[in-house]
Amino acid sequence: MTTVTKPDPAPKDPVSTDPFLSVRDLYVRFATEDGTVKAVDGLSFDLERGETLGIVGESGSGKSVTNLAILGLHNPRNTTIAGEIMLDGQELTGASNRTLERLRGNKMAMIFQDSLTALSPYYTVGRQIAEPFMKHTGASKREGRARAIEMLARVGIPQPQTRVDDFPHQFSGGMRQRAMIALALVCDPELVIADEPTTALDVTVQAQILDLLKDLQQETGTSIILITHDLGVIANTADKVVVMYAGRAVERGTTREILKAPEHPYAWGLLSSIPRLTADVDVPLSPIPGTPPSLLNPPSGCPFHPRCAFVEKVGGDRCSTERPQLPDGRGSACHLTTEQKRDIFIEQIQPRLR
Amino acid sequence: MSEEQQKPSLEKGATADAAPEADKAVPAQRPETGERLLEVTGMRKYFPINGGFVFQRRVGDVRAVDGIDFHIDKGEALGMVGESGCGKSTTGRLVTRLLEPTDGKVAYAGQDITHASRRQLAPIRSEIQMIFQDPYASLNPRQTVGNIISAPMEINGINPTGGREKRVRELLETVGLNPEHYNRFPHEFSGGQRQRIGVARALSVNPKLIVADEPVSALDVSIQAQVVNLLQQVQKELGIAFLFIAHDLAIVRHFSQRIAVMYLGKIVEIGDRESIYVKPRHPYTHALLSAAPEADPDDKGRERIRLAGDVPSPINPPSGCRFRTRCWKAQDLCADEEPPLIQLGGSSEGHLTACHFPEEPTVTARAEDIILDPALAGAEEAADKTL
Amino acid sequence: MLRFLTRRVLGAAVILVLISLVTYLLFFALPSDPALLSCGKNCTPSNIAQIHKNLGLDKPIIVQWWDYLIGIFGGRHLPLGNCPAPCFGLSFNNQTPVWALLKDRYPTTLSLAIGGSFIFLVVGVGLGLVSAWKQGSVFDRAASSVSLLGQSVQIYFIGPLAIYLLSYKLGWLNRGQDPSWGAHPGSSLTGLVLPCLVMSVIFWSNYSRQTRSLMVEQLSEEHVRTARAKGMGSRYVFLRYALRGAMGPIITIFGIDLGSVFGGAIITEATFGLHGLGNLAVSAVTQQDLPLEMGVMLIGATSIVIFNIIVDACYALIDPRIRLA
Ligand SMILES: Nc1ncnc2c1ncn2[C@@H]1O[C@H](COP(=O)(O)OP(=O)(O)OP(=O)(O)O)[C@@H](O)[C@H]1O
Ligand SMILES: Nc1ncnc2c1ncn2[C@@H]1O[C@H](COP(=O)(O)OP(=O)(O)O)[C@@H](O)[C@H]1O
Ligand code: SF4
Ligand code: SF4
Ligand SMILES: [Mg+2]
Ligand SMILES: [Mg+2]
Repeated sequence: MTTVTKPDPAPKDPVSTDPFLSVRDLYVRFATEDGTVKAVDGLSFDLERGETLGIVGESGSGKSVTNLAILGLHNPRNTTIAGEIMLDGQELTGASNRTLERLRGNKMAMIFQDSLTALSPYYTVGRQIAEPFMKHTGASKREGRARAIEMLARVGIPQPQTRVDDFPHQFSGGMRQRAMIALALVCDPELVIADEPTTALDVTVQAQILDLLKDLQQETGTSIILITHDLGVIANTADKVVVMYAGRAVERGTTREILKAPEHPYAWGLLSSIPRLTADVDVPLSPIPGTPPSLLNPPSGCPFHPRCAFVEKVGGDRCSTERPQLPDGRGSACHLTTEQKRDIFIEQIQPRLR
Repeated sequence: MSEEQQKPSLEKGATADAAPEADKAVPAQRPETGERLLEVTGMRKYFPINGGFVFQRRVGDVRAVDGIDFHIDKGEALGMVGESGCGKSTTGRLVTRLLEPTDGKVAYAGQDITHASRRQLAPIRSEIQMIFQDPYASLNPRQTVGNIISAPMEINGINPTGGREKRVRELLETVGLNPEHYNRFPHEFSGGQRQRIGVARALSVNPKLIVADEPVSALDVSIQAQVVNLLQQVQKELGIAFLFIAHDLAIVRHFSQRIAVMYLGKIVEIGDRESIYVKPRHPYTHALLSAAPEADPDDKGRERIRLAGDVPSPINPPSGCRFRTRCWKAQDLCADEEPPLIQLGGSSEGHLTACHFPEEPTVTARAEDIILDPALAGAEEAADKTL
Repeated sequence: MLRFLTRRVLGAAVILVLISLVTYLLFFALPSDPALLSCGKNCTPSNIAQIHKNLGLDKPIIVQWWDYLIGIFGGRHLPLGNCPAPCFGLSFNNQTPVWALLKDRYPTTLSLAIGGSFIFLVVGVGLGLVSAWKQGSVFDRAASSVSLLGQSVQIYFIGPLAIYLLSYKLGWLNRGQDPSWGAHPGSSLTGLVLPCLVMSVIFWSNYSRQTRSLMVEQLSEEHVRTARAKGMGSRYVFLRYALRGAMGPIITIFGIDLGSVFGGAIITEATFGLHGLGNLAVSAVTQQDLPLEMGVMLIGATSIVIFNIIVDACYALIDPRIRLA
């Protein structure tokens, strides 16, 4: 069963300076046969209206789990969720199913990664797009269909009047992903969560889709959470970035700060392990050694310490015993001092990035 | 391959679990170049589509590879990029003779192996090895790592001095795994480690050419670099030539000296790294490069081209130039006549382009973006109005 | 869709022709000479030759088979009597056309098979759906234990029990009688309820378990999650999305079970003393009436093949990926 432990409500001033979406100390655990998976472990972030937040991390770092928790899509039978998720002043972790159903697809919507499996093979694309519109606005079947055609046209499907009656398998990968976007946007949601929306697509199509999302956002002013493992995707789409590792946020900042002056050793590793189109090809890449940790048994202290090259710099066994905290706002969860971070980045990391 | 190369002098664990600093630049010890190792001419592969009302018959073809020419020199890495379904993997499997070409010629070290029989192929088979994309599917889960890695030696009847087991243990060390892992099974390893096992398997028979089909795309971002570095070390120190297939343009650029760009079963442009990435001529290469996401917020100087739609079906490819349905420079000639893959005036030696109306050899931003996607154009217009 | 059906029908026709050939060869390769069977005590070689001629047994087997096949469509004039259009030969026993016997008995078996299937699909799938909807509940656990019990019962055991309880003791249901749909549709129906019910019981557990696990699997599918992410209600998602996905596999399982369904119908006939194909087959075998055995075999095979086509067509109707392929 979903157990909800709300933190003590901090006194808040009634002025609406609260962020549009605020996630505080989110914990998501799964009971599995092998033990408890700590998929999300004390995650906090904020999102303002009209803003795009990028969530970056390797596979298994808890990106999808976080966002399914926002929509309340986890199976309560084996999932424990704790913490606070406030969407526009409304608490979501303890909300009833009916409340969530009214919000999903309406005020908040999700774009999934693999449009082939995420769309039902049994219903036409048009019906699947029209369904939430009819449910949330009370529109008739005819209005729903008209709306589906309008949405398909908006995301650039040629001949939407006829394609509306096609089944998903009759669409190409790029068209399906567009249909998926149309489906998410059909009720003009205020929050769109895009979970690796382009990972399954080719680069040229990926660029189309990312631009489309960006432009639609400018048009409608929705807030977007963009989940990805690709820092390049973040670079020209997101305003702010949260870097996740082993279910925790390890660094937070604006896109520019994360890409140009990252502070966390994991972020350094990510940046220096990907080649650039303009980098010197004779310098080998600098991979992060080791492998991502198991969330069944995450490392103690700083979860990155088994792969971190700077444990020595911190000294003692602090890295393996004491969990570093992520400060509010710009910052990183690492025991290195601010000066150390700056010096290491300038001396050792930056030269590798060019 | 000579005896001393059997014991590669790779630094142990240099790519494995060492800290980033330990990753020294690998010595750029180049093997003799300029000598043709592989030469492919006019290669085609059509997969028949069977259908028909009552009786099955051939009703069409998937033209997966439709007449391509390229060569790979000794010790050289040729990168191959292009969108999904354009025929990259098919090319790789044709070169390794896992597939029989419909037409064309494959010559290895001057010898025509297009229609060579199993027996004729035997001495060559060990010299061309393959590394696959999916590290989970490509290793037999019921075999130990030792058996997997020594399988190619067994098939090719190779008995290294000191025995196969000793060789396997050396190879495990070469690829940054623990020799003690000899008796373990694949499921005990992570994706990156499995890909290392795949590399060790390919290396076991001292190949001269490795076809690596998307060797890192299934791996986590932080692991990809480990495998790329390993492959690069192998390439440079052992002088092994590579056909490196990938869709990540930056990784291909990092790995390969020359690059071929494929579109719908054709090579549309091929040339050295500099030519392709800095002075591309083919509109598709321009589009591809401009679409590659770069982790740099200041990266505004690049041109921005957004194509419309997806790659057409290889069953009924467009007439003339296959890119014409998405090309902004297309004219009538493009529909009538297929552009030959030739060296254009102003291109450097060996830089070939198949286009009637090539682009300027630069990737810097143009005065106006090229936006062919109607939805994008519409959305941008609307956004401009609201701003 | 039309293409798909045509192809299946043509394929089925080929299969049936092959089945008829194989059974024909099988019967006539048997050591017993049908002529010996039908000529009684004072058999002289010339007698036998005459009978052979009468039965057409003097021709090569392949020709005999061909004549037989042609007869099914066009009818035949046999030395022993006329055999109109769907001619499966004349019974050795009383020289009546086999088709007349089949036509008389077939409705009972077919009604049992259809009625029984209907009941077990409704009950089994229904139970499975409720179990999946209330996973882990008391109902779910009770249903799975009852399923286990249901799996171990036999028709000839519960049949008499049901007749005793529901018919004699409580008087709720008719004890079972052969239908005659043309003459008395009402009593045909009531007469079949009990046999169909009993026959269906052995299938309940399998279908409820399969349905439950298929639904649980479907509920974790991504497209079902998308439907929930759109804000559709849980009941709607359950019925429109998850059940829709489970229907195809359920139909496939039913297609595989068709043989057992007809088998079950035949055992039920015997248990309830009804006169269907099973009964006919038993008498054909005991009396070594070869044409009748052939006829029963063929009509059984044809039924299964035709039902298989219907099942495939249903599958295609449900899954647009197949329908539009
Ligand atoms: N065995 C086969 N039978 C029929 N068609 C095939 C077969 N193998 C490949 N094809 C088709 O040939 C074309 C080229 O396939 P190929 O696998 O070479 O593409 P690719 O460039 O490697 O794509 P990706 O980037 O997705 O790996 C595709 O249209 C594919 O569907
Ligand atoms: N339903 C589930 N039951 C058990 N473990 C799960 C479940 N969903 C996700 N996990 C685990 O939670 C972790 C985070 O997963 P996820 O958020 O999907 O990663 P990603 O960052 O790639 O999106 C992974 O270790 C994953 O295996
Ligand atoms: S806390 Fe220690 S182990 Fe963790 S990232 Fe910082 S230096 Fe590395
Ligand atoms: S030949 Fe024509 S259509 Fe093809 S790339 Fe060149 S300009 Fe475009
Ligand atoms: Mg994910
Ligand atoms: Mg491929």
